[in-house]
Amino acid sequence: MRLLFGTLLALSVAAGIGLGATWFAITQGTAYGGVTIGAWTAWPRVGTPGIDPYARAMVARSGELPVGSGDGVAFYARNDDAGRPLDGRCDTALEGITPQARYFTVTLYDPEGRLVANAVQRQGFTSQEVIRRADGTFEIMIGPRARPGNWLPTGGIERYQLVLRLYDTPIGLATRSGREAPMPTIAQKACP
Amino acid sequence: MIRLLLWMLGGMLLGGIVHLATVLILPILATQDAYSRLAPIAPVNAVAPLPPPTAEAATIPFLDPAFAMAVCRYDLTDGPIKLTVPVSPAYTSVSFYTRSEVAYYAINDRAAGRRVIELDLMTSEQRGDLPGDEEVTAADRLIVESPTVTGLILIKALAPEAGLLSAARSALAGARCQVQPQP
Repeated sequence: MRLLFGTLLALSVAAGIGLGATWFAITQGTAYGGVTIGAWTAWPRVGTPGIDPYARAMVARSGELPVGSGDGVAFYARNDDAGRPLDGRCDTALEGITPQARYFTVTLYDPEGRLVANAVQRQGFTSQEVIRRADGTFEIMIGPRARPGNWLPTGGIERYQLVLRLYDTPIGLATRSGREAPMPTIAQKACP
Repeated sequence: MIRLLLWMLGGMLLGGIVHLATVLILPILATQDAYSRLAPIAPVNAVAPLPPPTAEAATIPFLDPAFAMAVCRYDLTDGPIKLTVPVSPAYTSVSFYTRSEVAYYAINDRAAGRRVIELDLMTSEQRGDLPGDEEVTAADRLIVESPTVTGLILIKALAPEAGLLSAARSALAGARCQVQPQP
């Protein structure tokens, strides 16, 4: 009786801890080898055969196709520079310059990686579409209400994430710091 | 009391094993991975255009909407595959994924250095079967070795401005992915 009880206890603890840890690992994004620059994080290894088992599990679960390392690299941001989660009801400014690349795109997704519906059918900017200042820097205003200049609509959703993809770029596995890869800043401006 | 703690400890150790085993087995068991999502719309060994991602429907999450895309779901059982992709004016890339979405190779138009990206995809056995003299004449032939017999090829052409999307799409319409007749 005692043996049976003990075995059942051990097995339920095992199932709880094992499955719980797996669930946590693949939903919270705990892949190894992330490169964090400001609010942005990239996992260049995910686009190579050296992808780690946790990232493989996450990719299989979400159903995405990671950007191959010979193609480019994708930087993700869920928070602004101050660590606040990106809120689609607020006005947020994406400002600065991007690392060296032939092209880049900035795209707004909901937390599950879907595009966000909006009246002007704009989901992102390519490097060619962005209007720049005289010194080559740019500012994209992200918010629910229309703005002059570069406006990326949020559709008023509560949480969103930004993905900055660099194509044909030297940024990748060897990149470690923001000095090699100057990423644009993300700052929350006004919040209702 | 000590006995109970020992059982708990045993359970925790077993939990660690369960965790590692589930993480490793998940990519094999996943039914909603990219390959499975593409299977209904992409015939085997042919290039199929990917519907542009919209807010309402996207075949795969996290696709870049600035690109026209096409996929080739390949199966190398019947022999190597020849892939031909005409280069679009802006930026074109070809990425190779195994059956379980490991990106093992990617090349862009500049690295390919021609107006057409042309390459042969084969398993390492098929590469080993290539006649020796052909290996020499094939010096300028780009050969990619697939670690798995089946997998995905994602072909992308950038539309640098929204208005150029149809031009990028028509550039991809000329892409071919065919089993090569074996000698």
